[in-house]
Amino acid sequence: MSAFNAIGEEREIDRDEFTPEIEPQATWCPGCGDFGVLKALKQAMPEVGRTPEETLLVTGIGCSGKLSSYFRSYGFHSIHGRSLPVARAAKLANPDLEVIAAGGDGDGYGIGGNHFMHTARENHDMTYIVFDNEIFGLTKGQTSPTSPKGHKSKTQPHGSAKQPIRPLSLALTSGASYVARTAAVNPNQAKEILAEAMEHDGFAHVDFLTQCPTWNKDAKQYVPYIDVQDSDDYDFDITDRGEASEMMQEAEDALYEGTVLTGRFYRDADRPSYQEEKQATGDMPEEPLAERYFDEDYEWERSYDLLERHK
Amino acid sequence: MTDDELIWRIAGGSGDGIDSTSQNFAKALMRSGLNVFTHRHYPSRIRGGHTYVEIRAKDEPVKSRGDNYNFLLALGDSFARNPQEEAYYGNEEIKPLSENLDELREGGVIVYDAGLLDTDEIEDFDQRAEENDWHVYDLDLRGLAKEHGREVMRNTAGVGATAALLDMDLEHIEGLMEDAMSGDVLEANLQILEEAYESVKDDYEHTHDLRAPTGSHDEEQVLVSGSHGISYGALDEGCRFISGYPMTPWTDVFTIMTQHLPEMGGISEQVEDEIAAASLAIGASHAGAKAMSGSSGGGFALMSEPLGLAEITETPIVLVEAMRAGPSTGMPTKPEQGDLEHVLYTSQGDSNRVVFAPGDPAECYEQTRKAFEIAYNYQIPAIVLYDQKLSGGHQTVPEGVFDEEPNPDLGSVVTEQDLEDAVQEAGRFKRYMYDDEEGSGFGGVSRRSLPGQKGGNFLASGNEHNEVGHISEDPDNRTIQMNRRMAKLDAIREDLDENSDHQPVYGPEDAEYGILSFGSTKGVIEEAVDQINESGHSVKSMNVSDIMPFPKDEVTAFLEDVDEALVVEMNASAQFRRHVQGQLGRFGEKLYSLLKYDGNPFEPEEVVSGFESRLGGEADLSEYNVRIESATGD
Ligand SMILES: Cc1ncc(C[n+]2csc(CCOP(=O)(O)OP(=O)(O)O)c2C)c(N)n1
Ligand code: SF4
Repeated sequence: MSAFNAIGEEREIDRDEFTPEIEPQATWCPGCGDFGVLKALKQAMPEVGRTPEETLLVTGIGCSGKLSSYFRSYGFHSIHGRSLPVARAAKLANPDLEVIAAGGDGDGYGIGGNHFMHTARENHDMTYIVFDNEIFGLTKGQTSPTSPKGHKSKTQPHGSAKQPIRPLSLALTSGASYVARTAAVNPNQAKEILAEAMEHDGFAHVDFLTQCPTWNKDAKQYVPYIDVQDSDDYDFDITDRGEASEMMQEAEDALYEGTVLTGRFYRDADRPSYQEEKQATGDMPEEPLAERYFDEDYEWERSYDLLERHK
Repeated sequence: MTDDELIWRIAGGSGDGIDSTSQNFAKALMRSGLNVFTHRHYPSRIRGGHTYVEIRAKDEPVKSRGDNYNFLLALGDSFARNPQEEAYYGNEEIKPLSENLDELREGGVIVYDAGLLDTDEIEDFDQRAEENDWHVYDLDLRGLAKEHGREVMRNTAGVGATAALLDMDLEHIEGLMEDAMSGDVLEANLQILEEAYESVKDDYEHTHDLRAPTGSHDEEQVLVSGSHGISYGALDEGCRFISGYPMTPWTDVFTIMTQHLPEMGGISEQVEDEIAAASLAIGASHAGAKAMSGSSGGGFALMSEPLGLAEITETPIVLVEAMRAGPSTGMPTKPEQGDLEHVLYTSQGDSNRVVFAPGDPAECYEQTRKAFEIAYNYQIPAIVLYDQKLSGGHQTVPEGVFDEEPNPDLGSVVTEQDLEDAVQEAGRFKRYMYDDEEGSGFGGVSRRSLPGQKGGNFLASGNEHNEVGHISEDPDNRTIQMNRRMAKLDAIREDLDENSDHQPVYGPEDAEYGILSFGSTKGVIEEAVDQINESGHSVKSMNVSDIMPFPKDEVTAFLEDVDEALVVEMNASAQFRRHVQGQLGRFGEKLYSLLKYDGNPFEPEEVVSGFESRLGGEADLSEYNVRIESATGD
């Protein structure tokens, strides 16, 4: 029998199961978009059919990183920018886990940018949610990699001279096989996209627009939004890289002009996940590595048998 | 300086196959029943540049490189001889002959490739040869190799000539060649080997006395490096996950592990940087695998924050730190023991880690196993600290050292039954449980669950957290959790005192003087201790491997027992001596440092002279790159 008895348990799952028994005191500000992510995630879980205990949520540091405190599952609240490397190794060690990584735009596109690029490139089978509020929330409102050009803050008093990061395009060019953008103000779409992302067999990147009423005064910044799949104005094939890329660029430009385009931008369902690639090259065991430590019959190889070459 | 030993130096251009040739020759000597120690010297470049490997062989145990050497095989260098390469790499000439003469012992033997080298070009060569009674044999190794195969095979010709001059059988060398190659290449090499052997036997008058020593082993030996010791120790502890980013000399462990992991059902990941590497090890361990990562100086610096994360989340990991000369990227291919304080103190807060510094390949094996056991039992990061010398230097080790049972135990992990009970009793599993206000019960350890275990869900957080893992800034909880984590070190010290002995003492028990060291200087110091005692002084040594938690009682007893002690280490700032003083809070008046930081490991003679200059009498240190310093404080 599996050593991990919560994995693969088939039963009805209620979203309330994802609420901690004793809720920690909320540290998010009233009206914060982060509540929307938490809610959408809780709603998506039953659709995916995963129990809290077979789910591992790895977060970074920031207001966004607190997600793991309010979500009942196995959690790992790591360090600033490093949720992805922690998460992807957990997935490699036990591929049966549902692994989700989450963090802010500073966390994910700034300090953790290198890991974002490489995790996407490797196409790990996991979901990555970036709370994109165009600001550093937790450290009190500094300019972030997604803040618009000209954005003024205490650390950029004359306005930022930098172009904002293009998260969707970056994910695509890096190799993510699923890329979407949703918004806390759009709860139904958010729930559906998160469920889809988790079911996707590869690296699913969700740029999640979250308002920060405390440091970006306009809590309504992502309203009105347009769902590109629902609108007749946007007709493109999400499985076509070229079309997806063009659409992403349009969405990324439009955001700073006040038009919020959300929805699915790219999906490649055929590309094998990293784990599958690694198994194909013989670089990774078929059975979850973590199981092996509980298998009493497993014969552990000894270094003694490797000594021939040293004689 | 006796010649009951052979110290064979093969010199040439980097990238000319010196390494593989010397490996084979070292094995041949081992197969003939001798104990062997190798030392490699190479520059930080891929091709070109002067390089040598020294092999010391004798019947008795060899623990270090020797004092100078007695046989030089100067190969000459094929590099930068064609104009295209020259244009690209420059035409720095490698001088395998002249560069090595200073350290050749009196009465030593020189074989040089007359196809590439010319003694006439070396000023005063003949005079020096005569003065030092060197026996010089010129042989067109290159021509010989070309005639029967390819020019690069002149290594083989050199080995054949060596065997003839030392009166060795070719049997073991041929056997090794047959293991390593086949077909035309093997044929050509065998022919070159024999031809060189015969020609030296027949055509040269042998004027020297040096012969290969003879010996026999009671037990089968293997020739391994410290990096093999670490890798094999990790594998036997059930480590099946490694993540890393290349950096010399850590790359040795990384590659050895990667060679074996896939076939052993494990996973190796080369990742984007060292922050990722350490973070991956944490992620894999959190999910229930035995995981390891590591680096050298600069890369380890990047691991500083993940190291603290492992500590506060109590995720077991083992990190390897392979020191090279610093600061910054320093001297990538040269040994130093300058990262001691870096490893002890890096990362924020009152952070705790366990540090072992093995002294030879066998200790590398044993202590890496210990590091995993401690890391997983106590949920704390453990570091194996060693250096470039131990990383690449090979040594004969009885194969029995590795004949140990595997231990894939994950340590302090709950069972499903435990979880059911916990849920029944307390309503939920308390991952970071403490038992009383001190928090120090059960050695500070509270058991952990693994993702996927029913009833075991918890939050591991780098922020301070309460018993169930919720982030908390409650002052009482903070104090107790801190106490609990800190209590681990005391418990580990007790555990180590009961179950292992990592501070080998060498020399007469009642010795008047002491030599204190850590890590890779162990062997060279033991050789020096023998020499010092033979010359009429009375000295013993202690090589400390348990760096943290520090074996206070053992070291105190050792130091109390001697009049004065010399602390020998390869760095400029006496980091180990300061650590000893800091841990023990005394002995300042008794301690003197012998420091070396020129990029080359100590030779026994340097330790002997250092000892004599400070404690036993008088010695002139001016010809060595070493420094004596007295301790301050008490
Ligand atoms: C290595 C490191 N550098 C800086 C910080 C301080 N820090 C904490 S959160 C944060 C920025 C968070 O911004 P973002 O990722 O956008 O998340 P948000 O708070 O907006 O959700 C910073 C700079 C840190 N914790 N660690
Ligand atoms: S500072 Fe902004 S991001 Fe952080 S909790 Fe408050 S509203 Fe949310």
